[in-house]
Amino acid sequence: MKIELPQVGQSVTEGTIGRWLKQVGQRVEKYAPLVEVLTDKVNMEMPSPVAGVLTRIVAQEGETVPMGAVIAEIAVAEEEQVITPPSAAKSGQMPADRIGTLLKNVAPMGPTGSGGPLMETAPSQAAPASAAPPLPPAPTAPEDGPTAPGRYSPVVQRLAAEHRVDLSKVKGTGIGGRVTRKDVEDAIQVKGGAAPPGEARPVAADEERMPLSPMRRIIAEHMVKSATQIPHVWSLVEADVTELAMRREALKEGFRAARGFPLTYLAFVLQAVAESLKEHPLLNSSWGGDAIILKKRVSIGIAVAAPSGLVVPVIRDADTKGIAALAQEVDSLTQKARKGFLALQDVQGGTFTVNNTGALGSVASNPLINYPQAAILTTEAIVKRPVVVNDTVAVRSMMNLVLGFDHRIMDGAEAGAFLQAVKRRLEAMGPETAVG
Amino acid sequence: MREEMERDERVFVMGEDIGTRGGVFLATDGFLQKFGAERVIDTPLAESSIAGIALGAATSGMRPIAEMEFADFIWPVFNQIVGEAARVRYGTNGGLHVPLVLRAPYGGGVRGGLYHSQSVESFFAHVPGLKVVVPATPYDAKGLLKSAIRDDDPVVFLEHKRTYRLVRGEVPDEEYTLPIGVADVKLEGSDISVITYGLMLHHCIEAARELAKEGISVEVVDLRTLRPLDEATVLVSVRKTGKALVVHEDTRAVGIGAEVAATIAEKAFDRLDGPVTRLAGPDVPAMPFSPPLEEMFMLDSKNIADAVRTLARY
Amino acid sequence: MGDGNPDIATLKSPANKVGAIRLDAPRMLAMYTQMVRSRTLDERVWLLNRQGKVALMSSAQGHEAAQIATVHALRPGQDWFYTYYRDLAVVVALGVPFKEIMLGYMAKAGEPFSGARQFPCHGAYPKYHIVNPSNVVGTRIPQAVGAALAAKMRREGTVVIVYFGDGAASTGDCHEGMNFAAIHKLPVVFFCENNRYAISVPLSKQIAVSNVAARAEGYGMPGLTVDGTDVAAAYEATAEAAAKARAGHGPTLIEAMVERALPHTSDDDDRKYRSREEMEEVKRRDPLPILKRQLEAIGVLNVELDARICEAAKREVDEATEFGEAAPYPTTEGFYDHVYAPQGGAPSP
Repeated sequence: MKIELPQVGQSVTEGTIGRWLKQVGQRVEKYAPLVEVLTDKVNMEMPSPVAGVLTRIVAQEGETVPMGAVIAEIAVAEEEQVITPPSAAKSGQMPADRIGTLLKNVAPMGPTGSGGPLMETAPSQAAPASAAPPLPPAPTAPEDGPTAPGRYSPVVQRLAAEHRVDLSKVKGTGIGGRVTRKDVEDAIQVKGGAAPPGEARPVAADEERMPLSPMRRIIAEHMVKSATQIPHVWSLVEADVTELAMRREALKEGFRAARGFPLTYLAFVLQAVAESLKEHPLLNSSWGGDAIILKKRVSIGIAVAAPSGLVVPVIRDADTKGIAALAQEVDSLTQKARKGFLALQDVQGGTFTVNNTGALGSVASNPLINYPQAAILTTEAIVKRPVVVNDTVAVRSMMNLVLGFDHRIMDGAEAGAFLQAVKRRLEAMGPETAVG
Repeated sequence: MREEMERDERVFVMGEDIGTRGGVFLATDGFLQKFGAERVIDTPLAESSIAGIALGAATSGMRPIAEMEFADFIWPVFNQIVGEAARVRYGTNGGLHVPLVLRAPYGGGVRGGLYHSQSVESFFAHVPGLKVVVPATPYDAKGLLKSAIRDDDPVVFLEHKRTYRLVRGEVPDEEYTLPIGVADVKLEGSDISVITYGLMLHHCIEAARELAKEGISVEVVDLRTLRPLDEATVLVSVRKTGKALVVHEDTRAVGIGAEVAATIAEKAFDRLDGPVTRLAGPDVPAMPFSPPLEEMFMLDSKNIADAVRTLARY
Repeated sequence: MGDGNPDIATLKSPANKVGAIRLDAPRMLAMYTQMVRSRTLDERVWLLNRQGKVALMSSAQGHEAAQIATVHALRPGQDWFYTYYRDLAVVVALGVPFKEIMLGYMAKAGEPFSGARQFPCHGAYPKYHIVNPSNVVGTRIPQAVGAALAAKMRREGTVVIVYFGDGAASTGDCHEGMNFAAIHKLPVVFFCENNRYAISVPLSKQIAVSNVAARAEGYGMPGLTVDGTDVAAAYEATAEAAAKARAGHGPTLIEAMVERALPHTSDDDDRKYRSREEMEEVKRRDPLPILKRQLEAIGVLNVELDARICEAAKREVDEATEFGEAAPYPTTEGFYDHVYAPQGGAPSP
């Protein structure tokens, strides 16, 4: 059995061999003094850890050896059993030099110059490759003056990432123009839409949470944007649709029987609107920041009350379609909307919107523009009213038309001219109007 | 204390001038007549032994309340409280424990000079095994003191001297306790969290009421216990407001504010919308005696309001 | 106690008068057995330190007579023992099993005083009424006074003994504790084991008076100095002090003059400050042969009985050593336990 120089006193790293008290070939009892060891703390007689016969002296007198080094070998008598504690560890070879070595696997010094037992500490785990992103820069303190662009507080960064807000576009109201949490929250409001799934408002016991469909989310975002970003103005005209009403009355039964879908007022209105839009292209545009984007196609959205709420399916290229075709599309889209069959493309690509608020009995509305369009028209309920015609009072079927428009894109004159164009066309419709 | 001594005959008080004098702040006025000299012990001027004897009695099944006449004289007990009491349970592997309350009036603004004005809380709050309680209102003081007396671990119970006279509050006669380790939102707000304790609570509330008129909504969190720190209450508040100001009378460096700030930085980093800020006593050795010098040391609602405004604007 | 103990009850020797009180022969023999056991364990632990198996040893060799005598003069199971780091013989005399003591020296799992969190025999062993909370000398003196205060308030008739060295006698805590105990006439025995060295600082550089007991007068309590190598002297003094304390007459300071046969701890080398001639004198005052000679003189100990006692002690120590070496180290599972009272427990009534 190899005999090692034991660790005595945690601050000691090496010992000098003194006199060997047993010679090679001599029998040694357990605990009997074996060799003198001199350290810088204690001079001691090292007792033999086992009983046996000393067979070899490795470290000679005067030799300085590190703790844990083999200094002798003893042939252990067979009945001697060496007990090793289960988790006790060998002190191992410790380098000793004149500079000193920082021992990493020993307990620190105790109050009397010692510490706990020598236990090999597990080699420290290599730091796992960091998966975490580097920390964002610290927020600039107020006294540092204006905030450098691109330096955002942790909460601002988190909110921007969650809501996909481009922080470079957010105006800061904090010191030095710093983007504050409130600024980014406002930007999220403007960007619109409900809170993202991660930030869902908790539902109270008396509430029910109804998840948003993708369609609903798009509409909601558009509406918020519309209300917050577009300077809305509205204007109302009344149109005498007596002749139109009579014409529709005359045709509707046969039309339905022949084609299987109703001849609605809306179809007439859509045609008048489509033609008027061609005449007034500013109404068929959108705001482009530093320009007005004119749309070459005329695709009119029609607001439909679907079970899930207001949806606006789009009749593409409405200016190329006759009244019957428009009536068919209105019918088809309305059916799809009410059954929830609208596809995403059914609600995209609109350049103008007509909302038949009259179907709900309304006679005047203040419509919200379907963002990013330039205007929206409502057709209110047709009501018979006494109207002065040629200085006499007559009972006429009257319909209010309300136009909401983006004042950035146009002024009242253009909007009024468009309204008059629609009114003129509707009032011109009568016995001769072909539905195609 | 009186109620607890009536309730539990293991409870007794010991300290300097607590008997006939009834305590320099009259906290034990009339106790000697009611409970007798054996349970109301006037001690020699020997603080270390007050704590050491109380500790020995506590491990032997009593529930002593040891009183420091002033927290400024607490340093001789440091070894008995920090070196000994805090470690008894751990060092005996649960074999013994120390149901001991160490009461000490602390704090400045009372013309106390260097040796009757000190704040000592951060020294003790550093120590695992101790609990450190700092009530700010009479209501909290009663509920927390009762809990401290009934606690099975050593509690350093610090009472701000100025709150003895300055703060009057409702104290119900009936029995109630307040849990140690639970902070209290004394004022709700949404723009900024002010985290404080002790006398400064009252200045913070005053500042918050003033700031409300300017449209700044301040939430005031009273820590009440400095160890164990109620991290949850602090973090809930800061996550809501995004900004935190820690206010204490004790000097700034390596104080409670540093611990609170570090906790916020570690656990609410992605909710922060401004630097966690400390407003604390100046780093001079202790509070000077002369009024303008003392005033220079002590924070008031104006200093606090200014700091809140700056952080709110950030 | 070990298997090899002689049957004390069968020893019918006539009571022997030693010193001023009657210490009967069976008790003396029991003390001797404990002293042999303590010495055998003490020597083994020192060797285990030199083998690197015990991190630290503070030997009680030379102090054993005084330590064992105090235990016999008090009421184990009722009285409380505030020990310090050199009190292995107190722990042995109170009956703590060697295997448990060895767990402490080897810092192994199941160590009863502190769960191997502290140095050997530090912490507390409530079952044996042993309290030894810290390594800071002197701090336990006011704590023991506090325990005595509690005992007095509860009118238990319990006595507290607190052991300390001549070094601790210089601390402020020692003064404050003694002063308070004397004022309130508390049932406490202050037992100073004076070996004339605070590590390396000799008594002449610790106190200006001739002995520690001289201070007692200043506190208003009796103080006496006894020969701590003589079990009878220490026994008598402690028994009288305990009786006085139990009767409500207050504390006593006993100073037992003892010898420190080994360096302060296993990390110390006393050759730097103690001459070998001095150490020869220390050996002559070794309490073990002194008691052995006393027992031989009165005829209760012979070679055969002594061999049986020593053999039993060696076997007990061997078994404890093997047990300790085979025992596992503590796991880190309970590392955070006992910082505070367990959470969620009902508040104490």
